[in-house]
Amino acid sequence: MGDLQIHRVGKKYDAIIVGSGAGGGMAAYVLAHAGLKVCLIEAGPMFDPKKDSNQLKNPWDSPRRGASTKFRPFGDFDGCYWGWEIDGEPYTQKGNTKWEWWRARMLGGRTNHWGRISLRFGPKDFKRKSIDGLGDDWPIGYEDIKPYYDKIDRMLGVFGTNEGLPNDPDGIFLPPPKPRLHELFIKKAANRIGIPVIPARLSILTKQINKERGACFFCAQCGRSCKVYGDFSASSCLVIPALETGNVDLITNAMAREVLTDKDGLATGISYINKTDMQEYQVTGRTVVLGASACESARLMLNSKSARHPNGVANSSNVVGKYLHDSTGADMSGIIPELFDRKRYNEDGVGGMHVYTPWWLDNKKLDFPRGYHIEYGGGFGMPLYGFNWGIENLNGSYKIKGQQKEAGGYGASLKEDYRYFFGSHVGMAGRGETVAREDNYCEIDPQVVDKYGIPVLRFNTSYSDYEINQAKHMKQTFSEILHSMGAVITSGGDDGKHNNYGLHPPGKIIHEAGTVRMGNDPKKSPLNKNSQAHDCKNLFCVDGGPFVSQADKNITWTILALSMRTSEYIIEEMKKQNI
Amino acid sequence: MDRRKSIKTLIIGGFTATVIAESCTTHENSPLVPADKEVVLSGLNRMKEELAAEKVLMAQPAFFTPEEMSAITILGDIIIPKDNYSGSASDAKVPAFIEFIVKDKPELQTPLRGGLRWLDIQCLNRYGKAFIDADEKQQMEMVDEIAWPKKAKPEMMQGVAFFNLLRNLTATGFYTSEIGVKDLGYMGNVPNQWNGVPEDVLKQYNLAYTEKELKECVSFS
Repeated sequence: MGDLQIHRVGKKYDAIIVGSGAGGGMAAYVLAHAGLKVCLIEAGPMFDPKKDSNQLKNPWDSPRRGASTKFRPFGDFDGCYWGWEIDGEPYTQKGNTKWEWWRARMLGGRTNHWGRISLRFGPKDFKRKSIDGLGDDWPIGYEDIKPYYDKIDRMLGVFGTNEGLPNDPDGIFLPPPKPRLHELFIKKAANRIGIPVIPARLSILTKQINKERGACFFCAQCGRSCKVYGDFSASSCLVIPALETGNVDLITNAMAREVLTDKDGLATGISYINKTDMQEYQVTGRTVVLGASACESARLMLNSKSARHPNGVANSSNVVGKYLHDSTGADMSGIIPELFDRKRYNEDGVGGMHVYTPWWLDNKKLDFPRGYHIEYGGGFGMPLYGFNWGIENLNGSYKIKGQQKEAGGYGASLKEDYRYFFGSHVGMAGRGETVAREDNYCEIDPQVVDKYGIPVLRFNTSYSDYEINQAKHMKQTFSEILHSMGAVITSGGDDGKHNNYGLHPPGKIIHEAGTVRMGNDPKKSPLNKNSQAHDCKNLFCVDGGPFVSQADKNITWTILALSMRTSEYIIEEMKKQNI
Repeated sequence: MDRRKSIKTLIIGGFTATVIAESCTTHENSPLVPADKEVVLSGLNRMKEELAAEKVLMAQPAFFTPEEMSAITILGDIIIPKDNYSGSASDAKVPAFIEFIVKDKPELQTPLRGGLRWLDIQCLNRYGKAFIDADEKQQMEMVDEIAWPKKAKPEMMQGVAFFNLLRNLTATGFYTSEIGVKDLGYMGNVPNQWNGVPEDVLKQYNLAYTEKELKECVSFS
């Protein structure tokens, strides 16, 4: 280590952005298009879906037939690099906590993983404390963010329908795809018992919106990333266009270590380790924008200690890392006997559900304060590793072509069974709002560092009855819908009190937020309503960190809207010479 | 091509030709592929760390002995034989897939190796021979003891667990092969335009799109 030294990058930037996902990518896009000089730091390698996507590969193109690995937990064809664990980058748990932390390391960050579900928060989602007394209200309301939702709807494209729902706002939608067969079954069954099912809202281009991006060609593989940019990814829709302005220097394989500050406590830049040459670098700029993900941005702030910021940068409130919360999740799946021996046709559709259920009940009449939405799956999927695993639990339970068979077996009769059941599965997943609490947090582990010598995060979270009762309700709902469509539960039916009704461990839904929340009171929130640090006016956070609460909606569309809003604010403040 | 490499070639039968060519020319101790170089074993996009791990994986010697591979092949073709619709498990190179997947998922190694030995001991006690040396009638008699979970004898349950695993692995390997995908009739994975459920299928299930859906949803002519 004798030759270890710190390399200072000579160029001074207007903005240094950490992270190239939804938040960082949007900031890079907006700032670069405004003519600012941007340095974008990404911990993983370059990734361009046009060249790098595994789209349209066949199952046999993977030696493991699409099975997952630690590099690709969602399967061998998945577009996302890394996931629950990264070699040399541990995280730790306090007490009985079992936080699951998904980390992407690549251009576009976790937008390489997500399901393209693009839901606006509704008016009530910003004012939950006023409604149920729990958590806090946001310092902004729907009216503040609506113009940005409108802009990103137009700019990035999202399909859906205007339904006039009070807390699931209308948008500027492309036409949705027609429901698939199992989705028609779900809709009929759910409507029969008073549960609404409406067209999904996904950022997939059912029609072309500009000449840079092609229209969806219905291969159902958004998760692999799209060669024609027919869906939203931060790489294809934000960072690559930002690079084309010539105003962005992208540094890949660069792991941010610390936010640098001067004697007045203002941010001066970022120090990072170049993972390729393992050398230390510093890059300086007029503003620093964190979009490293809710937990990574909190980690970076907590690790940035100085005389002016003894608790970590912009953390005089001691709130950084607190109010960490993920969506709740519980699932159930079944089989629809009416769909046995289905006629074959291509029903891939878009890379996700064509219909969903927004929250439809009044929590005042329930034993949990916040809602959930339901995501649906099923139909003729591409056969991949694990295809019809456990057929021995299925093929003795139904008459197959009129004949009652013995469970298990082999031979031509078994092959008939696989054909018979193909396409008759259906799945549902509830995704709900957790109440953000101060005592659910991530902090710096006092003893553990990663392979770059950066202190790691330690998680400390628990569920309350609010989340458990909500999961119980999800399960009841799922079984009612399945029952209503004449389906038989095949998994998720045995959950109960003993396992919190199948409530997934926190972090598992990969919607974590709240660690650097915004608020008007600097004693209770690190950021103001513009996602600007109260204690350090040229430091901003644009990922899931600023969220006060995260609604029963997937958070990406709101990260994008908030990041655009903050980026425009940065431009204005720079014009006024305030930063 | 030495013996070890020929085994490697055998087990990667499911891979592309370029992979096989590479496995003949790569030296064991050649340095890892540089980060910026696009050399991809499986033809899939791979990050640097993934590529390095895949190389280590492919450099491993075969896990199963030739006798074990014979048993896996015989059992695989009992589970998925050739029929009027499609070929057999071995036609679809399922044994090679199983050889690969036990290296990729080492937790499968002991249940499979132990299960095969359990089967051999049963056959040795019954017929005085290992499973692969038993005649076809004896093999089927043995398989019938473990292929039917609900009616198998209690003392056969370890064999049932083994056969369940092998059935599931064989089916996974088969139905994710070109032959198997065609057999199932999966028709996706091609660029197309989704116009909704075909008319005759809607009729079959007594379903119809609502006027709202027909008006709002995307249609292609």
